[in-house]
Amino acid sequence: MDKMVPYPSGAIVPERDVEKTPILETHHLGIDFGGLTAVDEFSITVGRTEISGLIGPNGAGKTTVFNLLTNVYQPTRGTIMLDGKPTAGKTTAQVNRMGIARTFQNIRLFSNMSVLDNVKVGLHNSVKEGFFASVTHSLGYGKAEKKANERALRLLDFFSMADMANADAGSLPYGAQRRLEIVRALATNPGIILLDEPAAGMNPSETAELMENIRRIRDTFNIAVMLIEHDMSLVMNICEGICVLDHGKIIAKGTPDEIKSNPAVIEAYLGKKKEADGNAQG
Amino acid sequence: MSIASKYKALSKYARTNIKTYGLVIIAFAIMFPLQSTGTINNSISGQLVPICTYIVLAISLNLTVGILGELSLGHAGFMSVGAFSGVIAAAAFRDSVASDPLRLLIVIIIGGIFAGIAGLLIGIPVLRLRGDYLAIVTLAFGEIIKNIINCLYVGIDSKGLHFSMKDTASLGMTNGKIVLNGPQGAVGITKIATFTAGFILILITLFIVLNMIYSKTGRAITAIRDNRIAAESVGISVTKYKLTAFITSAALAGMAGALYAMNFSTVAPKKFDFNTSILILVFVVLGGMGNIMGSIIATTVLYMLPELLREFADYRMLIYAIVLILVMLATNSTKAKLITESVKFKIKGVFVRKNKDDSDKGEVTDNG
Ligand SMILES: Nc1ncnc2c1ncn2[C@@H]1O[C@H](COP(=O)(O)OP(=O)(O)OP(=O)(O)O)[C@@H](O)[C@H]1O
Ligand SMILES: [Mg+2]
Repeated sequence: MDKMVPYPSGAIVPERDVEKTPILETHHLGIDFGGLTAVDEFSITVGRTEISGLIGPNGAGKTTVFNLLTNVYQPTRGTIMLDGKPTAGKTTAQVNRMGIARTFQNIRLFSNMSVLDNVKVGLHNSVKEGFFASVTHSLGYGKAEKKANERALRLLDFFSMADMANADAGSLPYGAQRRLEIVRALATNPGIILLDEPAAGMNPSETAELMENIRRIRDTFNIAVMLIEHDMSLVMNICEGICVLDHGKIIAKGTPDEIKSNPAVIEAYLGKKKEADGNAQG
Repeated sequence: MSIASKYKALSKYARTNIKTYGLVIIAFAIMFPLQSTGTINNSISGQLVPICTYIVLAISLNLTVGILGELSLGHAGFMSVGAFSGVIAAAAFRDSVASDPLRLLIVIIIGGIFAGIAGLLIGIPVLRLRGDYLAIVTLAFGEIIKNIINCLYVGIDSKGLHFSMKDTASLGMTNGKIVLNGPQGAVGITKIATFTAGFILILITLFIVLNMIYSKTGRAITAIRDNRIAAESVGISVTKYKLTAFITSAALAGMAGALYAMNFSTVAPKKFDFNTSILILVFVVLGGMGNIMGSIIATTVLYMLPELLREFADYRMLIYAIVLILVMLATNSTKAKLITESVKFKIKGVFVRKNKDDSDKGEVTDNG
């Protein structure tokens, strides 16, 4: 693993990413829901090929950060720069085309469509097939579909899912559904992929496979990966940079070793744990 | 390879296509000679063109309701726009285009274009919103169109078309011909619609809709229906594809409306009211959401039923309403779903047991 060094902006990223435009930068990002401040003063920098983690207790605001980064929510304050360009005022679909893709905490597949079609929907913007080609099944339709099928199958094969291509997405086992969501997101050819609790509900062997896959994604596609996870061994194992969120605010940023020994982090987690224990006893 | 095994080896898409086109072509091959030799009675042969138009209407509404997943309650409104713009076009091209089939083609295309424009005008503001606004707005649209045409007067003379919203006198024609006469609607239409034209329109509709379903456009539309947030997250512009489906649906309804109008000598605007919209929706719901062949079968059966049971015609709408409610309960309640699932499972179980009687111990349950 490359050494973590400070970015000009002060953020800590792997050495290999320094001096390249960061794939993602946020400045003082914040959002209020009515009176509740869900996220506040969220400033981070993510290197082009960095694997980073976003952790924090339940309700800390992690998923809300992902929703802000993909413009599902419009921020109340602050700015987001994706590949050096601001994303303010863009739709979710537009920021995806700018290079950010994601998966969801509660799986959101097109469950009535086949596995292959789910990936082909992900390829939507790279398939050159206009309305009239669609309606007449000519004018380049055959070529476009053939290319889409080949690319979708290659992507599925990368995650050993090619043999499930014709199954209904909704009928897949849980672990495979989570994997398919990642494949679909990768199909959009992003510069950064956001994974919201990719290991949730997985057994240890599936989790180990997932870790391997996340590294392969970064190495093969040369993109940044940012993940939300409660499984600490996974996070500490594969993340180069970690950002800890509590009550919507960043309480620590750094390498896994720094985070492990950070008193504020221990406090946030142990504090929660004590509360939970107390509740269980009471 | 035998034909049967070849058929099985085809993709699901190819099989659906063969079945759907096959059904329509066979039905036409049977009905056409019966109709042209006068073997079937007049009341049925007079229904052939209307059935064709309602099949097109049901397929096109299925695109909005079943494939896109948006509720439209004003499909008859688009039919109406197509019908009356078609009637006006027919009058305008009456002398310049002598060939009936060619004029019919022009009339149908113009009906489709005007209905498509109406779909665009409604779709642009409404389909941007999230929620069931489309149902409310299309409902209002159907009523508004009906009322506008109710007080629309159109005439034609040597100088061309004349329009008025007041009465025929204010058209300012000396010896012209009235085309639209307010509440009476279109009058003096030359009947140029034929069963063959209806058949061809169904084929064209099938070609457009089935092709679209199995394409990039169709995948995007289905993705939006299945999960809008996920569709947006992979870069699909939701408004664009909702509009695409909705306008296509409206244009096809307009074409059907134009054909419908060309089958009668007079057509009143009140023919295209809320009841007609609901009737088409019933065809779609009973045929199955997103099931194109189902729409065709349901339309044919339900359209002929009142014809065959003439004396109950007064209760037609009542029966439809009841059937619609029952079907919605059956398809939407989780309890009913569980029941159908368990029945299916039991039926399957019987067959599986028969086939492999000693495989019980080898059964694997995969819940981990
Ligand atoms: N659309 C919304 N409207 C109102 N409040 C919201 C909305 N979305 C999130 N919140 C609130 O913001 C806070 C953070 O929620 P979020 O889902 O981001 O937490 P999280 O860190 O992802 O938690 P978990 O680990 O349980 O997934 C919660 O208090 C939540 O109730
Ligand atoms: Mg969350």
